Amino acid sequence: MTPPSGVTRITLLKDLRLEWRSKDAINSMLFFSLLVVVVFSFSFDPSVEESRQIAGGLIWVAFLFAAVVALNQTWARELRNQVLDAYRVSPAPPNALFLAKTLGNFVFVSILEIVMTPLFIAFYRLRALGPAWQLIPVAALGTWALVVNGTFFAAMSLRTRSREIMLPLLLFPISIPALLAMVQATTAILSGENSARFWIVLLVTYDLVFTTVCLLLFETVLNAE
Amino acid sequence: MKILFPILTVLTTILLAFALYEALVVAPTEQTMGDVQRIFYYHVPSAWTAFILFFVNFGASIVYLMTRKTKADIVALVSAEVGVVFCTVVLITGPIWARPVWGIWWTWDMRLTSTLVLWLIYVSYLFLRRFSSGGQTPALAAALAVLGALCVPFVYFSIWFFRTQHPQPVMGGGGSIDPRMMHVLLINWLAFSCFAFLVCWSRYRLERLQRDVDQAHALQSLLGPRGGMR
Repeated sequence: MTPPSGVTRITLLKDLRLEWRSKDAINSMLFFSLLVVVVFSFSFDPSVEESRQIAGGLIWVAFLFAAVVALNQTWARELRNQVLDAYRVSPAPPNALFLAKTLGNFVFVSILEIVMTPLFIAFYRLRALGPAWQLIPVAALGTWALVVNGTFFAAMSLRTRSREIMLPLLLFPISIPALLAMVQATTAILSGENSARFWIVLLVTYDLVFTTVCLLLFETVLNAE
Repeated sequence: MKILFPILTVLTTILLAFALYEALVVAPTEQTMGDVQRIFYYHVPSAWTAFILFFVNFGASIVYLMTRKTKADIVALVSAEVGVVFCTVVLITGPIWARPVWGIWWTWDMRLTSTLVLWLIYVSYLFLRRFSSGGQTPALAAALAVLGALCVPFVYFSIWFFRTQHPQPVMGGGGSIDPRMMHVLLINWLAFSCFAFLVCWSRYRLERLQRDVDQAHALQSLLGPRGGMR
């Protein structure tokens, strides 16, 4: 029997390889967030000072919407040829599968952020007045918060009618504290007016609690019949 | 049990009528806000009742996850449904009061925002219950209820960072209130709790009957058309 870490590694590598060959999720996310950036830019047409205040919100809303595109595809792939059913009857621990899927989504959304951030900076003429390096932990923690809940709720909405609509309906309310923390931390760093410390601590706690509970409850969701 | 229900119904009706009389006639008029303040006797008890029901939902969901008892699932469903109704009452009566007193319908203050987010979480719970089908609904809903309840402290702390405009909470908040008003408030809360319990109870019976009927239908279709009544 493969140990849990092995299951995670194999599933993760399989997902990364599939994505590398098809590039479905990455391409659709990139194009989608580009559209959001352009549409926001037209609707607000902000000055340099204004964009510092609103960029934190815009950037995270764009990433959140784009992440939903990728998250919806996470499990759909496993439905073909009853892969998920095969997984359920196999002795492999469900947590390992969940962790692999979450890590995979984390990689995809991180790539999206790395590509889109320079574009954001150019379009909105951003320059951080606070400690810019703090944006990296904020982005990593925030992305993890979105992805861990998103992967969980994507598995949940797989079992419902009209599953593509269901994911945002479940994900957005629960993500509000994390989203608020990401937006406020980003705005604090960009404007340099406040410290982002409180929000980073909040994100760390949020990530710890929700990762633990999602890992604990995933078996229930996977085997719900 | 069958005799208890009508007795409780009568008692709740009397209590609600008494509470209405107390709130509209007996309670003293507030000095600065005037009669508008009387909505407080509906707003606050509804909020307390809603929070208790959401807490019941959390407890019942955990019990369901541990024991897989159908009763726990029905309790979770019923408490979430009635809780959302009471939470809606809170969100509607709040702005009605805020408009004349604060001059605005809505503000993104701590208590308002967290109540709204709470409402959103439990509405999404009801959506999940509606959209998922068959035997998997209880387990999925219970998992969501646990996550939703865990989210509440985060909502509270994150929004606490914005400064609060809402009046200090009545209990344990350092705010002072006329003892007569407090008395009326508690009577109203009692009446509302009884009412909520009554609604939950009747909804519980309805849900159980519904499930029995569904089960009978399923059994009938398994046995084939000859054994059926149609």
